[in-house]
Amino acid sequence: MTTRVRLAIFSSGLVLVAALLVDGVSNLPPFGRYAGPYGDIVARLVEPQRHMANAVTAVVFDYRGFDTMGEELILFAAASAVALLLREMRDHDTSDLVEGIRSDALRGVGALAAIVTFVLALQVVAHGFITPGGGFQGGVVLSAAFALVFLTNEYRAYNRLASSSFAEPVEALGAGGYVFLGLLALALGFGFLENFLPFGVTGRLRSGGSAAIVNWSSALAVSGGFALIFSEYLQENVAVRHGRVGK
Amino acid sequence: MTILPYLLAVWIFLVGLVGIVTSRNLIHLTVCVSICQSATYILLLAIGYKSHGTAPVFADIPTSRKVVDPVVQSLTLTDIVVAVAVSALLLALALKVFEAEGSLDPAEIAELKG
Amino acid sequence: MEPLQIVAMLYVALGALCVVLARDVVRQALVFSLYGFSLVVLFVVFQAPDVALSALVVSGIAYPLVLVGAIARCHGQRKGGGK
Repeated sequence: MTTRVRLAIFSSGLVLVAALLVDGVSNLPPFGRYAGPYGDIVARLVEPQRHMANAVTAVVFDYRGFDTMGEELILFAAASAVALLLREMRDHDTSDLVEGIRSDALRGVGALAAIVTFVLALQVVAHGFITPGGGFQGGVVLSAAFALVFLTNEYRAYNRLASSSFAEPVEALGAGGYVFLGLLALALGFGFLENFLPFGVTGRLRSGGSAAIVNWSSALAVSGGFALIFSEYLQENVAVRHGRVGK
Repeated sequence: MTILPYLLAVWIFLVGLVGIVTSRNLIHLTVCVSICQSATYILLLAIGYKSHGTAPVFADIPTSRKVVDPVVQSLTLTDIVVAVAVSALLLALALKVFEAEGSLDPAEIAELKG
Repeated sequence: MEPLQIVAMLYVALGALCVVLARDVVRQALVFSLYGFSLVVLFVVFQAPDVALSALVVSGIAYPLVLVGAIARCHGQRKGGGK
């Protein structure tokens, strides 16, 4: 089957799919007139019932915490699969790597930026129930702090800070901690992943109950997973850059 | 024009689909898959939007204020972060294909030859 | 539907087309990052700040690192031809 025949078949199929999709979306409620009751109920109840100011984070970690656990396990599986696929291509001997970055100014600014990004990540995670933020966004920013160390400093510093022997336990702690917290709620007589700690005051850092602990554990899981993925990819880059392809 | 955001989502999905079919590089193909995923985010957010509604964060507004739907936003935000990890997995597969076959072109890889 | 929303949607539609039409993968990584930023603007205008924050960190940090890391490993195979 040549390319041209394949493209002709695809074009006819594309027209059919396009017609089907346009017909489908034309029967949706008009834009701006959200009809369903579930969102309204959650928005009305989130502050008096759970004392959380951010309704989206409340839905992610409290009302629909079970779905978030599934998403986190997807992340865990994907990061583990990346490590499994790319692990054997890595070269463990780093003693004769030439230092690529020679500018002290770059190293200094990079270290400073990494520290600031780390604190910013902690702030984004901690304020998840008050302002837009939470475990997922803060987890990615946390992994970015470690990636900054790699980009502006030498490979050995990055290896010391975020090697896979450090990223993997953090990620496992995060993902396992989520499930453990759900089981703990079950053991204490509540439902699985039910919010069983006192809720605190809306708008303070101590609001959220046990969903706040779930918030932190998912931040650990996300940052550990991304640090693992980055370390697998960036190590390949380093091995190639110094002229030795790990085989 | 009340279905314009939905048409935008359909357009982006079809553009990504065309990119996947006509791609000559496995990494380019992975990015086109991400484009298709972003179409679903726009569709979800457009369904939950309310005219003159504001963001569902009650830090400085009273609870009686009209807000957009927070449930679809929660689905979208976890989806965006997890999609990156899945794309990383697809890229790792592409790297293994490159290591085994020496080429990233789907037309030149024996198993994928159509 | 406000004019700002219409403009943001037009930018997103144009950006998606540009990402698919960028055949050199290094260029496509950059254009994809910019498309992610136009998505951030669209999400903010749709009153979804949490989603916008998530899209911002992902398309600014995670995607470029992963894409460029993969491209660097496949050195010499950058160009993906057109039709």
